[in-house]
Amino acid sequence: MPDVQPLVREFVLKLKRRKVEGSHAVARQTAELLRSVVSQHRMGSTNQAAALADAIRGVGEQLIAANPIELAVGNIVRRVLHIIKEEDISSTAVGIEGLSVTAESDDEYDSENDDHPTLSAAVLAAHARNALRAPSLQTLLEDIPVSTALSRSASSAGDSDGKSGDKSSKSRKLKHDVIAAIGDLIDEIDTCYDQISEQAVEHIHQNEVILTLGRSRTVKEFLYAAKEKKRSFRVFVAEGAPRYQGHVLAKELVEKGVQTTVITDSAVFAMISRVNMVIVGAHAIMANGGVIAPVGMNMVALAAQRHAVPFVVVAGSHKLCPLYPHNPEVLLNELKSPSDLLDFGEFSNCMNFSTQDGTPLLNVVNPTFDYVPPKLVSLFITDTGGHSPSYMYRLIAEYYSADDLVVKRSTTNYS
Amino acid sequence: MSQKKSRGGGGGGGAAAGDDPDDLSRSPLQAVLLADSFTLKFRPITLERPKVLLPLVNVPMIEYTLSWLESVGVEDVFVFCCAHAQQVKEYLQKAGSTGKMSVTAVESHDAISAGDALRVMYGRGVIHGDFVLISGDTISNMNLKDALQEHKDRRKKDPLAVMTMIIKHSKPSILTHQTRLGNDETVMTIDPETKELLYYEDKADGSNLYVTIDKDILASNPTLQLCNNMEDCYIDICSPEVLSLFTDNFDYQHLRRHFVKGLLVDDIMGYKIYTHEIRSSYAARIDNFRSYDTVSKDIIQRWTYPMVPDVLSSGDCQEIKLHRQGIYKASDITLSHSAQIGANSVVGNRTSIRENCKVSNSVIGEGCNIGKNVLIHGSYIWDNVIIEDGCKVSNSLVCDGVHLRAGAIVEPGCILSFKVEVGKNVVVPAYSKVALLPQPSNEDSDEELEYADTNSGVTDSPPFSSMRAPDHPTVSDDDDLEASETGTCGVVGYIWGNVDTGIHEEWKQSIAPIPKDKLKELQHAASFDDNDDGSEDEFDNHPTVPDQDDDSDISAVEDDDYSKFEKEVQETFQRALDDGIHQDNLILEINALRLSYSLQHADCAGALFHSVMRSALVAAQSINGSLLKTTAEALGKWKDLLRNYTKSVDEEMEILLKFEEMCQENTKEFSPLFSKILPYLYDKEVVSEDAILRWAEEKEHADESDKVFVKQSEAFIQWLKEAEEEDEDEE
Repeated sequence: MPDVQPLVREFVLKLKRRKVEGSHAVARQTAELLRSVVSQHRMGSTNQAAALADAIRGVGEQLIAANPIELAVGNIVRRVLHIIKEEDISSTAVGIEGLSVTAESDDEYDSENDDHPTLSAAVLAAHARNALRAPSLQTLLEDIPVSTALSRSASSAGDSDGKSGDKSSKSRKLKHDVIAAIGDLIDEIDTCYDQISEQAVEHIHQNEVILTLGRSRTVKEFLYAAKEKKRSFRVFVAEGAPRYQGHVLAKELVEKGVQTTVITDSAVFAMISRVNMVIVGAHAIMANGGVIAPVGMNMVALAAQRHAVPFVVVAGSHKLCPLYPHNPEVLLNELKSPSDLLDFGEFSNCMNFSTQDGTPLLNVVNPTFDYVPPKLVSLFITDTGGHSPSYMYRLIAEYYSADDLVVKRSTTNYS
Repeated sequence: MSQKKSRGGGGGGGAAAGDDPDDLSRSPLQAVLLADSFTLKFRPITLERPKVLLPLVNVPMIEYTLSWLESVGVEDVFVFCCAHAQQVKEYLQKAGSTGKMSVTAVESHDAISAGDALRVMYGRGVIHGDFVLISGDTISNMNLKDALQEHKDRRKKDPLAVMTMIIKHSKPSILTHQTRLGNDETVMTIDPETKELLYYEDKADGSNLYVTIDKDILASNPTLQLCNNMEDCYIDICSPEVLSLFTDNFDYQHLRRHFVKGLLVDDIMGYKIYTHEIRSSYAARIDNFRSYDTVSKDIIQRWTYPMVPDVLSSGDCQEIKLHRQGIYKASDITLSHSAQIGANSVVGNRTSIRENCKVSNSVIGEGCNIGKNVLIHGSYIWDNVIIEDGCKVSNSLVCDGVHLRAGAIVEPGCILSFKVEVGKNVVVPAYSKVALLPQPSNEDSDEELEYADTNSGVTDSPPFSSMRAPDHPTVSDDDDLEASETGTCGVVGYIWGNVDTGIHEEWKQSIAPIPKDKLKELQHAASFDDNDDGSEDEFDNHPTVPDQDDDSDISAVEDDDYSKFEKEVQETFQRALDDGIHQDNLILEINALRLSYSLQHADCAGALFHSVMRSALVAAQSINGSLLKTTAEALGKWKDLLRNYTKSVDEEMEILLKFEEMCQENTKEFSPLFSKILPYLYDKEVVSEDAILRWAEEKEHADESDKVFVKQSEAFIQWLKEAEEEDEDEE
């Protein structure tokens, strides 16, 4: 696949130069890139799924290495690998079923659809899926036939009926399905805001005071949605030093007519007793329910806990990361340039190493993220609803297969 | 406009496109990267490897520059290689293309300066639009978009704005008058409104605290800003005219010293240079070992983000992770439990550090082997260095493949070039430079020429020839310039003498911090001229203020000049006396002297009077006559000459003051005679009564010690006063 290589290299460079920021943009672009990787991939005659997965892994490895802090990259790569596995299992299931049965259209996990006539194949596929995933309430529910899927399966049935015997068409079908599934994934990333903000009215009540830190698009949409539903509430925005994204959020909220108060980060503890709920965004949600969030969040969470104020994290499912945070302050953090904090010119004489004994006396630390341990989080609101921190690993098991945790290309080479 | 077109035509290629401002903005952004610094500052290391390929925190310098160019959207880069061109080209080939930017190497062996390089670029005719001019040792993370837009907008309005210089706020040390980067303080004069650069001066001589600004600059600009807290980043956005300017003025060599100053001073065809100040982002050029140290530390402290070790290395197999306190460790290192890695250190891949080592503020490259109980402080250890047990390295630079045997001590400020070996328990004295290659003997003052010399020599011979040197200890020497305190087996390599001690003292530009005693000295020196520049960081000068500045300026310069002038006048006078030259000719000669020293009439009077008196003194001593008598004779003889210069009261005053000064200082013989000579001067009409009275008046408020002569001649002054009153009465 020489055609995608420049694309991959360009995206790797962008990640490396830290030119794409924000997990939403990163997730979207990664998914789009992987979709083009899949579409450019030349399917071999045997073991197509494995080869495809390997190609994805190869690209994924580069992407993750380019910016290990943007966990969304790894998340999307793992999601795509999971999709390939699922599609492969369903197509093999169809293969076993033989030509006589109409194949079911298989999309991804959330639009599972079985047809009565193809019950045996569907059962097989579902079984395979269950094997792939840890058993959960959701998978059990999925096994119940969905009536809305009927029409769609009928339409695709004719398509696959004629050529299912042909090997090349089968491989084309796998590819096509995977591409479609990645398309759905991109849709999902795009619509996660709507999905999350639909739940806003359930959480924000009349005359409540909400506190947030910095600026998160998810939080913004969440608050907008509550406002649109004619809820009246007040928002305290902690400015989020040193990037002061809180100022931007305050401006946006005021434009929508939300009562807004801007406070400094250091005033959070003083104000928290007047707050009914803390709603914040996240950079990533780890498998243990811990949160990687913009710096200052741990302090807010601790303040909220001290005053028993609910600490709610809103995040799209692309931020769910199947990894456990080991040493998060060091390994899952990025130190930015001190110029956000200090003016270089003013302090340049403090850093004149020629007149000191060669040891820098002035050090500036500017971390991007905080780690908020799961015990400080009251609730996660994702596009699938509200969950408690202890449930996160379950949710993660829905989206990722366990053997994809380490994205590394298998040693077997392919051309 | 037609003029401009013709110039564009000279540029060749897409000249027609270059003229239209709209086309200009559409043409791809190009850059010229000079992969050669054309100086000797990094000798002896640069004898074997070009400066741009030297590792800076384990990444070759040029990598930083190329990454930055790529990230600001430059599409075409022309890498101009000169010394070690082959190595640079090989590196570029190996590195491959980064992103969408195309990198072209331009090779030329006869270029000996930046000016030559740009002339070669002009000859190639590859630059069609605005381009970024940068040297391969510049580290930056700035966003060029604003500066570029400013430059383009200005060009649309005024096609003569050919260059935009990037500058950065940074205070020079008050003590040393040098910036953090070891450069000398730069003084720039900028129009605060338009940001036009009016004056540029980098002071090679730190002791001179005065700048002279042309009066025209002050006259034509109502406000201007005189800054000594700006650092030149050596990143320039240039228009294609710059190249043709270099070609037209073939004597331009240095970018700043010749080109910028030439444009500002000579005012050729009204070309203008503007500045763009960057605030939050970083840019610095590595010019010497001090800036190598400073920039390395800035990188480790992440001012250059995202050009920091952990980000740059990500994606490669040898990933470097940042731990607390600014410690960067590669994934694949062997580190003993008892070894201590202190703050702000970098340890490269495959390096092993054994028991009880202490490393602080240092960068250690790849594949190094560091033994037990080694102390490394503030040093830069490059790749594959072997340091045996018990060595001490502080504030030094140790290049690839160096071998320090057990117990060796490297004192601050040392440079150990490639493959040097240091024997057991040998102490390498501070500020020594050791290399396997001998120091070129034909050191002449023109550093640029000399550099070209060695280029040709070194590029022809493969760089590996030196590798075998340690096996053939023919180069092992203890007899070189500074006898090293050799232990059992000494040092393999030549110890270099100081290359450019003439201009810079070693400690100023070395990696080692400035020694305490030097600092104290400087502190002492600084306390004399406190409240001078440096302490004030910025002042807006309205035209009157610099005028005053100028005055003080002159008086300071004058002291020196005046004494010279006085001496020459005296010599001339003596000659006239000996040879009997006619008075008129003498006046001519003295006038010529006055003009050449650009002094006032009054100064002449003083100097001449001094000479006359001196001649009287000499005469008195030689013939043992009375001083009063000879003085009277001399004054009588030369009164016309003196009168020629004492046309106003001021000049007469000058003579009186001079006389007083002489009596007080060098020729005390006159002091008892002061009151007697004064009337004589009055008689001969050398000084008028007005002058004497004014002098007396002025002295009334002076110190007691100054009043001695006034008192001495009180009677005479009294008499003068009375005479005056009488005159008035008569009227």
